[in-house]
Amino acid sequence: MTVQSLVPPTAARDENASRLANQPKIELKDVSFFYGKSKALKDISLTLPERAVTAFIGPSGCGKSTLLRMFNRIYEMYPNQRAEGQILLDGENILDRSQDLNLLRARVGMVFQKPTPFPMSIYENIAFGIRLYEKLSRSELDGRVEQALRRAALWEEVKDKLSSSGLGLSGGQQQRLCIARTVAVQPEVILLDEPASALDPISTAKIEELIDELKSDYTIAIVTHNMQQAARVSDLTAFMYLGELIEFDHTEKVFTSPSNPKTHEYITGRFG
Amino acid sequence: MASFAARKAKNTIMLSLCVLAALIGLAWLFVILMDLLIEGIGGLSFAVFTEMTPPPGEAGGLLNPIMGSLLMTFIAVMVGTPIGVLAGTYMAEYGRHDKLTHVIRFINDILLSAPSIIVGLFIYELMVRTMGHFSGIAGAIALAIIVLPVVVRTTEDMLLLVPDSLREAGTAIGAPRWVVIRSVAYKAASAGMITGVLLAVARISGETAPLLFTALNNQFWSLNLNAPMASLPVTIFQFALSPYEDWQSLAWAGALITTLAVLTLSIVARLLTARKEDR
Ligand SMILES: Nc1ncnc2c1ncn2[C@@H]1O[C@H](COP(=O)(O)OP(=O)(O)OP(=O)(O)O)[C@@H](O)[C@H]1O
Ligand SMILES: [Mg+2]
Repeated sequence: MTVQSLVPPTAARDENASRLANQPKIELKDVSFFYGKSKALKDISLTLPERAVTAFIGPSGCGKSTLLRMFNRIYEMYPNQRAEGQILLDGENILDRSQDLNLLRARVGMVFQKPTPFPMSIYENIAFGIRLYEKLSRSELDGRVEQALRRAALWEEVKDKLSSSGLGLSGGQQQRLCIARTVAVQPEVILLDEPASALDPISTAKIEELIDELKSDYTIAIVTHNMQQAARVSDLTAFMYLGELIEFDHTEKVFTSPSNPKTHEYITGRFG
Repeated sequence: MASFAARKAKNTIMLSLCVLAALIGLAWLFVILMDLLIEGIGGLSFAVFTEMTPPPGEAGGLLNPIMGSLLMTFIAVMVGTPIGVLAGTYMAEYGRHDKLTHVIRFINDILLSAPSIIVGLFIYELMVRTMGHFSGIAGAIALAIIVLPVVVRTTEDMLLLVPDSLREAGTAIGAPRWVVIRSVAYKAASAGMITGVLLAVARISGETAPLLFTALNNQFWSLNLNAPMASLPVTIFQFALSPYEDWQSLAWAGALITTLAVLTLSIVARLLTARKEDR
């Protein structure tokens, strides 16, 4: 496969180019991350523009998940993980001690590699997150659940069995349920860590369509091992290697004329 | 290297020994259950559930010990379960890596295997002596102390089986930690935790020693927790050792009732875990 074949068609490119002028949503300034004493991320600085899709690529173990897990500080669940530097969300440093973590996570949603439906009904899976921050009447809640499931292209498949367990869905459906659950709390940023790696091509295509649709409202960061996927869905691409940010540019630029030889080697499949 | 035939022979011998051992074990169980069934059904009648324990030579039933057992078991579960669940939750969720958790686990394991007569003596010293008399509440507390370590253990084990990815998912939509525990972790672990409580109930249904030192017995109808209270195990113990035939027959009936209750609980517990594994 040539590098050229990865580039999206021209029309899409023009539209994407305009997104890049958007306001910065998340800015990283000299951010490092530690698992105990070992430094997994080294002085990373980059800016994710608002309402654009930024893809993170790089070989296994280079720190993509680690980076994503800083944006909602989910790593705080584990006592010896720690971040240094500044991460600005709308200009405010979320690494600040005074940051309310639950509120941050309501603003920055996350979908994981393996589908993680809660052990409750499909309806409850969605309603659970909404109820945390909003007091809604039953009919309003019903509406929000339906809206979220529609956004995740799952409504038609589950509308007749909303009260059955979310664990009874197929892997692809479970993953879309998790996306619906994340969208339902109306975050500003959505983090996706290899959301399609465990799915079949049809489910994958559905999720990619979904991302394309979501980016008009949300700022999206996605980790993927699939080059075509990165090229298809993202406006910006960050290439990481051994805990460092090697290249960060417009997706088109990264895939056609990368400035770093390492990036070129990686996207043409010479290592990784 | 042994020939194929020799290995095959060895395998057959081992297999036969295992089957034989299993059969011996099962045979005893079968004999005990059959004996219990035959003798117990003879003593079983409607009056067993409606009449009080009789003096020797008169007709009667087991209503007061049945009620006493139900009441004391209920209180024991009501006292032991919340404490046990909270302790297990601390160990699995909040203090997973704490020193305190290791200490609690160690002590809990000792409590789990402590002879129940020690628990009876402990409560005797603590409650019966200070109150000046035997009482139903002392019996219930003694049983609660037996329930406690079982619930602590199963709660911790079941919560540790809940994958961290589920906790991360709950945390990632902005749920505070205690909500994640209550609505996600407990839900995922619920079948196992309920099983733990059922097994604890099964365990205390047959306990005699801790009740002998605490609730003692009561020949009459009494739901007064501040007075001695009858219970099935103690009544069985007393009646079975008596020389009177009608008492002995009531003891068999009581034993059958207890066994059936425990059997039902175990089966329900099994079904709960099995349904969980199916999913
Ligand atoms: N819980 C952890 N404790 C210690 N080290 C960790 C932990 N998680 C990840 N690491 C280390 O941090 C580095 C980055 O890991 P990370 O999971 O971010 O990689 P990744 O780019 O997401 O890889 P993959 O593509 O395989 O998902 C790796 O060297 C890894 O060994
Ligand atoms: Mg990863």
